[in-house]
Amino acid sequence: MHSNMTSDSSATAQVRRSLPKRYARERRFRFLGLAAIVLTLLFLVLLLGSIFLKGWTAFQQTHVRLDVYFDPAKLDVGNLNNADYGALVRASLQDMFPEAESRSERLQLNRLVSTGAAFILQDILTASPELIGSTQPFWLPADDEVDMLIKGHSPRDVPESARRLSDRQLGWIDSLLAQERLEKQFNTAFFKNGDSREPELAGVRGAITGSFYTLMLTLALSFPIGVAAAIYLEEFAPKNRFTDLIEVNINNLAAIPSIIFGLLGLAVFLNFFGLPRSSSVVGGLVLTLMTLPTIIIASRASLKAVPPSIHEAALAVGASKVQTIFHHVLPLALPGMLTGTIIGMAQALGETAPLLMIGMVAFIVDVPQSLQDPATVLPVQIYLWADSPERGFIERTSAAIMILLLVLLVMNAAAVYLRNRFERRW
Amino acid sequence: MLKHTLSLAAACALLLGAANAQAASPGRDYISIVGSSTVYPFSTAVAEQFGKTSKFKTPKIESTGTGGGFKLFCSGNGIDTPDIANASRRIKKSEVESCSKNGVNEIVEIKVGYDGIVLANSKKAEQLKLSRKDLFLALAKDVPSPDDPAKLVSNPYKTWQDVNKDLPNTKIEVLGPPPTSGTRDAFVELVMEPGCVEFASIKALEESDKNAFKATCQTVREDGAYIEAGENDNLIVQKLEANNKAMGIFGYSFLDQNTDKLQGSVIEGGEPTFENIAAGKYTVSRPLFIYVKKAHVGVIPGMSEFLAEFTSEAAWGQDGYLADKGLIPAPKAEQEEFAKTAKDLKPLVLE
Repeated sequence: MHSNMTSDSSATAQVRRSLPKRYARERRFRFLGLAAIVLTLLFLVLLLGSIFLKGWTAFQQTHVRLDVYFDPAKLDVGNLNNADYGALVRASLQDMFPEAESRSERLQLNRLVSTGAAFILQDILTASPELIGSTQPFWLPADDEVDMLIKGHSPRDVPESARRLSDRQLGWIDSLLAQERLEKQFNTAFFKNGDSREPELAGVRGAITGSFYTLMLTLALSFPIGVAAAIYLEEFAPKNRFTDLIEVNINNLAAIPSIIFGLLGLAVFLNFFGLPRSSSVVGGLVLTLMTLPTIIIASRASLKAVPPSIHEAALAVGASKVQTIFHHVLPLALPGMLTGTIIGMAQALGETAPLLMIGMVAFIVDVPQSLQDPATVLPVQIYLWADSPERGFIERTSAAIMILLLVLLVMNAAAVYLRNRFERRW
Repeated sequence: MLKHTLSLAAACALLLGAANAQAASPGRDYISIVGSSTVYPFSTAVAEQFGKTSKFKTPKIESTGTGGGFKLFCSGNGIDTPDIANASRRIKKSEVESCSKNGVNEIVEIKVGYDGIVLANSKKAEQLKLSRKDLFLALAKDVPSPDDPAKLVSNPYKTWQDVNKDLPNTKIEVLGPPPTSGTRDAFVELVMEPGCVEFASIKALEESDKNAFKATCQTVREDGAYIEAGENDNLIVQKLEANNKAMGIFGYSFLDQNTDKLQGSVIEGGEPTFENIAAGKYTVSRPLFIYVKKAHVGVIPGMSEFLAEFTSEAAWGQDGYLADKGLIPAPKAEQEEFAKTAKDLKPLVLE
């Protein structure tokens, strides 16, 4: 008894002795965990910060106010489509700066205004031909070189040879600034236009529309197919070697590099079925193949999470198997399935590699009108801009990334909301 | 619930059916262009202008690389194949053969202009004056031994001064494109090979052992002095800004857009400026081409009008918008010749 007590107290003493060590170990672990989170957050802030700092200026664009005289001598009412609208812009600039006389000087002067200005005037005049003969003030986009200078992305305190704008052009810009004819305005073109080789005219609308068509098709195909496959595999399929094989394959497909799906799409949809290259149809089909495994796995997991008691209760009161599944199990599993689908969609939204193979990495100016039109998607647009030499595309690349991140954020927030709102726990 | 599912399934089936039905629809009302990423900025500029000023749709341009472009271009004469291939080098004999095997017999070749490849560094550092021989010695994997020129040794040079004592004493550190890039091919062909044959011992190798000769002249060193920086030239520009000692290899248009930060090295006495490249005074420049499938002219709307736009003075002229994008215009006589080829659609004959 006595000896027992001593051994007891010695055990307690041993535990006591080891306590500081164990506490220290816990503190160390907590500290490491916290440090990991802080480090991740730091990188996230760095990444988002650099994107935001580079990109926010793209939401503004420098515009020039020009007094445009719709010269009846240059415009024929019957043939408004073929008129030279650039000549109107040039004439207006010439009026303001008559001192530019030589050909090269005029060329420099005309380069201050975007080539897109002519098309804007054309649209205005086509909408209201009664303007012919009048002089109207318009805010027209400035060239990207002027824009970069005004935004401070191109320096002016370097020798003329190291600048893309000449001293002469700087003089004109200063005089436009003094007359308050040069100002930064909200960049509507960025949201209204498709791609362009001129940074001041380039916009994300084509890419957003393409992404929308592609994702809608992906959703319309992959959700029903994925859910049906999951229900069958989970509830109806016999458990044998064959279904085991299918399960292994589905898990395997979820981990395959996405470019493989692009190669598959090229072989099957383009070469065999002859669907149009670069179209959202093919993009949607390829991304469907890519997201299906994700959706099937998530759907099966959420079906499994429904307690068997619900199953058994429904069967016990006489429901058929189909009734049990569709009336009781599926509604309970649906929030999980939706979450999985949204995550799959978010993944599909950020994909470029499989689209390379089916020709969606392309310069496409016209905003796609249907599933068959050539289209590109947001991440591809980002990739193409990131590779362009013009400095104006640097900020536009970051701005497009911001839009992509925003869409992803909304999609993931929707997934979290759906889960919290409808998910039931037992 | 079941009803809903069934209707969803029906909608899917309809969608799939619709997709298939439209696939069979004939005709394509826009021009499809594939090929080199070097020609891409110029083709796209023409395409955009063409789409805005003509009644035709804007052509679609894929950046697939020159070789990949020819592969698609030569895959047949059907309207699902591209109409035009961009190329940063001339079409190879083997490519013409594979084209004709698939029925693509009449190809029109148009030289659209020139592109310079530059070796640039930050303005904060000294501008280098290099010869192709210097560059070969600095960048090749194996070079003639400094002690015994007849023997090849693995590249011992660490600084530019080691290569040529007139050069500064800075570490050799060159950022350049990977082997998959056309710019890299052109750099090897225009700089490394001419620099390489200046050594008598290697020149002799050309006769005796062709493969060894090729390997010596074309293999870039892998000990860290040449850094493969990916296909993105903007990335190289950013890295040069951050690192004064590094040099970068990329297309002229990227130097043209960044003259406030970077300077091009003088190669063989020529500085990479617009005027020098146009006048042929800068050795590291290559012609750019587009290849047109004659069978598609008249089938795809707007083909001849597009070629007319590309070969117009407003586009590829001295003051044209392509020069603004960094394309070096071809000499006047050459332009006239190719404008005529484009107009008459004279097919290419490789001798």
